[in-house]
Amino acid sequence: MTQIRLTTPLTDEMVEKLRIGQQVLLNGILYTGRDAAHKRLVDLIKQGKELPFDPKGQVIYYVGPSPARPGKVIGSCGPTTSYRMDPYAPELYALGLKASIGKGKRSPEVIKALKQYKGVYFAAIGGAAALIAKSIKSAKVIAYPDLGAEAIHELVVENFPVVVVNDTIGGDLYEEGIKIYSAK
Amino acid sequence: MVRILLFIFWGINSNITAKGGTTIKTINTSVITEAVKKMCMEANFNLGSDVMESFKKSYESEVSITGKEILQILIKNAEIAREEQAPMCQDTGFAVVFVELGQDVRIEGGDFYEAINEGVRQGYTEGYLRKSIVSHPLERKNTGDNTPAVIHTKIVPGDNLRLILAPKGGGSENMSTIKMLKPADGVEGVKKFIVDSVKIAGPNPCPPIVVGVGIGGTYEKAALLSKEALLRELGEKSKYPDIAKLEEELLEEINKTGIGPQGLGGKTTALAVHVEIYGAHIASLPVAINLNCHAARHKEVVL
Repeated sequence: MTQIRLTTPLTDEMVEKLRIGQQVLLNGILYTGRDAAHKRLVDLIKQGKELPFDPKGQVIYYVGPSPARPGKVIGSCGPTTSYRMDPYAPELYALGLKASIGKGKRSPEVIKALKQYKGVYFAAIGGAAALIAKSIKSAKVIAYPDLGAEAIHELVVENFPVVVVNDTIGGDLYEEGIKIYSAK
Repeated sequence: MVRILLFIFWGINSNITAKGGTTIKTINTSVITEAVKKMCMEANFNLGSDVMESFKKSYESEVSITGKEILQILIKNAEIAREEQAPMCQDTGFAVVFVELGQDVRIEGGDFYEAINEGVRQGYTEGYLRKSIVSHPLERKNTGDNTPAVIHTKIVPGDNLRLILAPKGGGSENMSTIKMLKPADGVEGVKKFIVDSVKIAGPNPCPPIVVGVGIGGTYEKAALLSKEALLRELGEKSKYPDIAKLEEELLEEINKTGIGPQGLGGKTTALAVHVEIYGAHIASLPVAINLNCHAARHKEVVL
């Protein structure tokens, strides 16, 4: 299958062309964030305060990396399960976030937000964390260092492999996969 | 008869004979700490050969191209982890420790459970493993050293101390479930609950999964059995022929769901189903399901 190369920040036009099942190689900056960081981000939004990064056009990777060994950019760095970020994700898409990367199903609210705000949801391969780390070229913590692995990191990635699971027209790769391969 | 003082492990362990002729082995807590520390790192860096073999077998039988690709990536990932001594998954888990303490073992040198926790502390720090534990489930402040461990202790005959460490990731743990079925639900009810639970979990627990099932006992016993079921060598069958048959049937049904590797479709949804059973109350049929991601990690040591 052909792979699509995209460089962040992403635009509406770039994500609107994407369809479920397509393999994408991401380049540029990704921001990490999981449960605790999302809670803080959405608290800031509710208070009308500025976020540590502008989500417009950006991609959030749901991950809490393991610590880097000396001389390494980052430790192992695979996706965490996305549904835990579902309560927060629509507000970030509303602010212009173009994509999130994780693993596992999203809620109907998130899928609706993807259509409404023109966003996509990518899956990375859960548990392929040592391999995924190789596509990360630099990493720095930009917010919430007190959260340890849950701090927000700015990652610079090269050909970071993901697959489109939910697109801007309501497609869901998880549903399709089961339709094709389930046996009576 | 002359009794010999036998020193093992650089003289830290010793066998002494108590009144009545029972040999008592003494184990120092420092040996326990060291063993736990090593296991924390090894379990996270080196995927067991049973899981690796299972990936390779599944690669052959998988019909989905994407599914095959994913299995290949998981094999490569495990190889990189081993070579670089990097954790195969960034979620290096809750340190779950199963202890089988021989009744003829004496622990010296301090608090037994603290010795285990110290091993976890050292292993997760020195191994650059992720610290994933918060001290209070509601306040949620990270303890910074992956303690406390979850420790289950059994007293058994003999003078060995067996420690099994099974780091457990949060993603698959969150998809685990338990239900108190009615005896009238029978084996069909049990099967339906298990297959339905796997379907609900879908892509979330990082398939291909290992399905640990506990049937019988009380509420908490069933849950513990389901976790113990995950400690078995992958694909090792139950010693009870009817349960071994149930395991086979469940594996077949689960692999018909179409969920596949990473939930992207395919025939390899589970690598194995392990069922443990226990006596049950006349009123109850408890069933617990503990799912494990494909990083089915466990190491053990006998001291």
